[in-house]
Amino acid sequence: MTNYLEVRSLSKRFGDFTALGNISLDIAEGEFVCFLGPSGCGKTTLLRAIAGLDPQTSGTIRQKGRDVSALPPAQRDFGIVFQSYALFPNLTVADNVGYGLVSRRQDRGAIARRVSELLTLVGLPDAGPKYPAQLSGGQQQRVALARALATSPGLLLLDEPLSALDARVRLRLRHEIKALQRSLGVTTIMVTHDQEEALTMADRIVVMNHGAIEQVGTPQEIYRRPATAFVADFVGSMNFLAGTLEAADRVRIGGLSFACPAQEGLAVGSAVRLSVRPEDVRVRDLPADVANRVAVEVADLDFVGAFCRATLSVQGAAGVSLTADFSSNLMRDLGVDTGTRLDVALPPDRLRVYAA
Amino acid sequence: MSLALSTPGVRMSRDDLLMRGGLVVLAGLLLLIVGLPLWALLAKGFEDRDGKFIGLANYLAYFSTPALFNSALNSFHVALASTLIVVPLAFLYAYALTRTCLPARWLFQGISLIPIFAPSLLPGLALIYLFGTQGFFKALLGGGSIYGFDGIVIAQVFYCFPHATLILVTALATADARLYEAADVLGASKLRVFFTVTLPGAKYGLISAALVVFTLVITDFGIAKVIGGNFNVLATDVYKQVIGQQNFSMGAVVGMVLLAPAALAFVVDRLVQRKQVALLTARAVPLIPRPKLGRDLFFTLFCTLVSCGIVAILGMAIWGSLIKYWPYNLSLTWANYHFETFDANGWESYFNSLRMAAGAAIFGTALMFTGAWLNEKTRGFGAIRGAVQLLAFLPMAVPGIVLGLGYIFFFNAPGNPLNFLYATMAILVINTVAHFYTVGHLTATTALKQIDPEFEAVSASLKVPIWKTFARVTAPICLPAILDIAIYLFVNAMTTVSSVIFLYAPDTKLASVAAVNIEEAGTTAAAAALCVVIVMTSATVKALHILADRFLLGRLQAWRRR
Repeated sequence: MTNYLEVRSLSKRFGDFTALGNISLDIAEGEFVCFLGPSGCGKTTLLRAIAGLDPQTSGTIRQKGRDVSALPPAQRDFGIVFQSYALFPNLTVADNVGYGLVSRRQDRGAIARRVSELLTLVGLPDAGPKYPAQLSGGQQQRVALARALATSPGLLLLDEPLSALDARVRLRLRHEIKALQRSLGVTTIMVTHDQEEALTMADRIVVMNHGAIEQVGTPQEIYRRPATAFVADFVGSMNFLAGTLEAADRVRIGGLSFACPAQEGLAVGSAVRLSVRPEDVRVRDLPADVANRVAVEVADLDFVGAFCRATLSVQGAAGVSLTADFSSNLMRDLGVDTGTRLDVALPPDRLRVYAA
Repeated sequence: MSLALSTPGVRMSRDDLLMRGGLVVLAGLLLLIVGLPLWALLAKGFEDRDGKFIGLANYLAYFSTPALFNSALNSFHVALASTLIVVPLAFLYAYALTRTCLPARWLFQGISLIPIFAPSLLPGLALIYLFGTQGFFKALLGGGSIYGFDGIVIAQVFYCFPHATLILVTALATADARLYEAADVLGASKLRVFFTVTLPGAKYGLISAALVVFTLVITDFGIAKVIGGNFNVLATDVYKQVIGQQNFSMGAVVGMVLLAPAALAFVVDRLVQRKQVALLTARAVPLIPRPKLGRDLFFTLFCTLVSCGIVAILGMAIWGSLIKYWPYNLSLTWANYHFETFDANGWESYFNSLRMAAGAAIFGTALMFTGAWLNEKTRGFGAIRGAVQLLAFLPMAVPGIVLGLGYIFFFNAPGNPLNFLYATMAILVINTVAHFYTVGHLTATTALKQIDPEFEAVSASLKVPIWKTFARVTAPICLPAILDIAIYLFVNAMTTVSSVIFLYAPDTKLASVAAVNIEEAGTTAAAAALCVVIVMTSATVKALHILADRFLLGRLQAWRRR
């Protein structure tokens, strides 16, 4: 894999405020990368620095081996789609898509062919003569995508492209954009604050917080093995139980002791947080010798539709509670209700330990 | 590494260079047409008649001469009285327009705007016809005289009314219906709702209207000139010092004294408006008034009365201009419209006005819109952008007569290479553009802020030069605002007296100035006739603008339709 984009020690400061602190990142050719993080984490700032729209304070950016750090946007090679679409309202859809082609002095026929090809690509073959205001939000976003792709850029930048759309359209467009990106093989960076969007679309996710990268990894890695408590908390839901590391592979919480993967970076005796995802709490068919068995009482049940999110108060550790996802089947089969007492297990390989 | 640690600063693209270049040119231009003339005026106040520096001597002389200092007090009294009358009237009128079920609302709204299209001396002339030495209703004054304080205040009320009404209509139109529903549900009385919801909501509008009226009155020249009699105010003092006594230094001092309250009012208004923005960010449900017989009847009556007053003053000016010999021979005649019998320039001054207004509208709009665009869209370059912003805001705080005086000192200075502009049509156009720069700049900036800020980023990513996007996208989208600016400039150029009164040459005399001259020579009827021609012209242009907005723009801008 060759690196298409190399970001090195990139920083961006506004006065005393550090928007980006010493970011380094490699992106391979053809990869779909998501910048994920809460608002204000610096993900859009990083995207705009890569585009040259808001230049970095220090650091370098190389694109396809070329140092573009000091180049203005017009001299870099990218197409961009904004949350607001930024379609030119006074131009027809065809003129919008062809906007970047006209200035390249191609002949009219060639431009028209390319425009109709692109509109077909994004599934709007007949929208050409319409004005943007006559299209729905989802259609406008597709036109914006077609316009960004028209000049066949080497890098496609998507700045929260789906967040202005309603849920149903958003779901459909996720798949379409992903499929389109795969078929064109264009290196793509998408900024989003929606973890589900990042998990379903990205080849790799860059989780950011406070202007720094928390973790870079595939969606599975990010979800299964969050590197920091922030990532664990931000992506998906997570239980955090305060305790003490009593051995390299054991955590004590109240009167209970839990087996966990061996920890290297944490000192025995230090305060830690033990984490487990609600869906990883095992309930059914517990073998007699199952590790980390805990007796709990169902304190509360929230009906979420496909499943119930249960709040379990842990017996033997006062004040400790745990949330777990119970499927409808499980609820029916075990007759779970508020007040029910049962045993659950926390599979050691699904536990993560973070410094408190 | 050491390179990376220092701020690298992205290399500039051709677009960046172009825009920065444009901005520097704009800053230079504004400095030339706003900054330096004002500087020249400031400097002049410290010189004696021969141009020697004498420090504060002129100012000492000014404040120790009761005749001069009295004018400042007079100006203040007139402005205060006018403000106290206009603002409540305009508030009730605006309330009627926005919060009641007023019949024929468009008509009342239209009538309230009439004074905007008239030179300020028109109401003065109409009052002379009605209450002057030979006025119809002179007896009503019971031995008093319309010339002086009373006349000025009445005429100013007419002249300032639309400005205050426009501001208050905007302030009252942005009401949140939910606040009223909440007050209703909580059982508040109508009076309590008015004092706890309506008035606080319009608070900033009221302050703004009061400041605008105060400034308009204190800086106006035409009304005091026509109906002031021996009642001197600052604006007429500047004129007398400069034109009458050729005492330019004292004129400059009076100008600076006049500048102070106007600038102060301007600063306060900006501070107040900054607060109002924060007030409007909440999402409001628009309030739609429901019929209520008693209230609607009262306000219809009130608006009818006020409208009658406005129409009466305009009607008086029109009638007076058509009468043979007031008040002895009331038969009608066109004789007063044969301007060549009253003024050497005849109708030529009217055509000069048209030329000047068209020039100001075309060049001014192009400059203001392009300038606002450069200032909004240039990346970085904060110092120059700040300077442009300041120079663009300055004219709002400067009374026209003060700016005009600054123009004499600056452009007529012997060493100035721009001296050739003096006494040409060009300097009248330049002066008018400079005088009304702020509103055009603000209108353009507001329009530009409303369009997507990423257009430039998109065109950069598509490798399209920024000026191409300006021409193909930005300017067409802002066409309504561009037209607004052009019309605003045209109407103001037609009616303005104050700033151009020092700058015309015999062959570039404007209609509004000619009206002042004719009136000075004692021919009220012909002066009224000239004012009527100006009103008709600017009102017609405005009507055409409304029609164009409704029909032509609708067709040109099909993309706005869903």
